[in-house]
Amino acid sequence: MAAIADNAAAPLLRIRDLRKSFGSHEVLKGISLEVRAGEVVSIIGASGSGKSTFLRCINVMEMPNEGFFDFEDFAFDFRAGARNQPTPAQLRALRARIGMVFQSYNLWPHMTVLENVIEAPMRVKRLARAEAVAIAESLLERIGLADKRGAYPSRLSGGQQQRVAIARALAMKPRLMLFDEVTSALDPELVGEVLALMASLAQEGMTMLLVTHEIGFAREVSTRTVFFDQGRIAEDGLPRDVLYRPQSERLQQFLRRVLHEHVATSAAREAHP
Amino acid sequence: MTFSEWLDFFLPYVPGFLHASWLVLVITLLVIVVSWVAGLVVALGKASQIGVIRQASAFYIWFVRGTPALIQIFIVYFGLPQLGLGLSPFVAGVLALGINGGAYVAEIIRSGLSAIPRGQVESSLALGMSRSETLRRIVLPQVVRIILPAITNEAISTLKNTSLLSTITVVELTLYAQTIIATTFRPFEFYAATAVLYLIMTTLLSQIAAMLERHNARYL
Ligand SMILES: Nc1ncnc2c1ncn2[C@@H]1O[C@H](COP(=O)(O)OP(=O)(O)OP(=O)(O)O)[C@@H](O)[C@H]1O
Ligand SMILES: [Mg+2]
Repeated sequence: MAAIADNAAAPLLRIRDLRKSFGSHEVLKGISLEVRAGEVVSIIGASGSGKSTFLRCINVMEMPNEGFFDFEDFAFDFRAGARNQPTPAQLRALRARIGMVFQSYNLWPHMTVLENVIEAPMRVKRLARAEAVAIAESLLERIGLADKRGAYPSRLSGGQQQRVAIARALAMKPRLMLFDEVTSALDPELVGEVLALMASLAQEGMTMLLVTHEIGFAREVSTRTVFFDQGRIAEDGLPRDVLYRPQSERLQQFLRRVLHEHVATSAAREAHP
Repeated sequence: MTFSEWLDFFLPYVPGFLHASWLVLVITLLVIVVSWVAGLVVALGKASQIGVIRQASAFYIWFVRGTPALIQIFIVYFGLPQLGLGLSPFVAGVLALGINGGAYVAEIIRSGLSAIPRGQVESSLALGMSRSETLRRIVLPQVVRIILPAITNEAISTLKNTSLLSTITVVELTLYAQTIIATTFRPFEFYAATAVLYLIMTTLLSQIAAMLERHNARYL
């Protein structure tokens, strides 16, 4: 069999015809997306277009109603009654290999920075404490927060908390990272440190899907940009094409609005440095 | 009465009072266990997917909080034998107070659980942790800290409520004092001594809770 050749050519993540409804409200109306190892895909789109729901379907925090899903050795068919619907054990194993970072950092306030980072490797991967600590220490070193290892999250700035949240996800050594508007809750002056960390991850070849309103960042860091419109992928291409030569009227409108807001916040940033 | 005469008079009753106080602590502990079991079941019941279970839990809380504890004790001790379930005063008392406390504990647990931001659970599940690991490692340690003050208050009122069991012949501290007073005719001294013993026990409880709270507050 040509399994090896197939594997080399196969995408890391392949999603076909993914659908998700909440009650009678269909939020994802048939999404298909393939992501190869090392790709950095930025996802843009208006509020309510289903970006977060889509990310949450990838690590199956939301159970899709329909769709086919392949990621490494996981192959799911989400249709009701399908034979290979994910089992709880598979979901845990899948999530252990897909990192997710949220807008609201969601660190655990009763644990120190170090404890936050070693928790999942110890519980989920059953690493010995010493091993988990070694991984955590090198990650904290990398994000420049080695001296905060014993601090509780409430003592950190938003930007520091978000970097710890990224380190916490990385400690599981994921094959894919999902970022959902991870800088949206940050004070403008703290956005840069988080984006810089994400850019360095992208440079190292981490496969990433990121929902963002930072058009400039998407342009610089991502290898591909996808535009979500009312539960569908309306445009998909190189960032410079999608962002600077939008085809559809709706994307043009969207970009005008976002860039306008961006200019406004940049102006505010300069006014109050 | 000189002081030494006074001492000679009271000294013989000291072991009895200490024993009755000990019984108060034992009953309190048992009631706390029962009320926690009931409270957990009812708190889960209120969050259940099944309508009947949710309604039954709501009814339980409504009934218990809307009726006097004394009536609940009478129903269990005097009422249940009529239905063929005769219980000793001690067991009936523990059961009745446990059922009573359960309603309050359920509400306390519910408010504690709702205080944990959903995002913290999500980030745990997203890392591959199971629901039970998430509950054990992320949710419960925080819930315990949040509800500790309310739980202390509940334990203290449980301890004070044990005196209601004097009405169904459980010889705890209150009934013991009454029997002594019935033969000595010295209500002031003996009720005062009884009050002091209750005070010592409730103060001890709040001291322990304050200690735990300080230990828990270090991450704020
Ligand atoms: N758990 C849920 N229950 C019901 N409706 C939901 C749920 N989650 C999302 N929705 C709805 O699905 C739609 C898409 O939401 P989603 O959060 O995916 O949008 P988004 O593109 O991420 O928007 P934003 O840019 O505001 O974050 C919205 O109309 C939202 O109200
Ligand atoms: Mg969103």
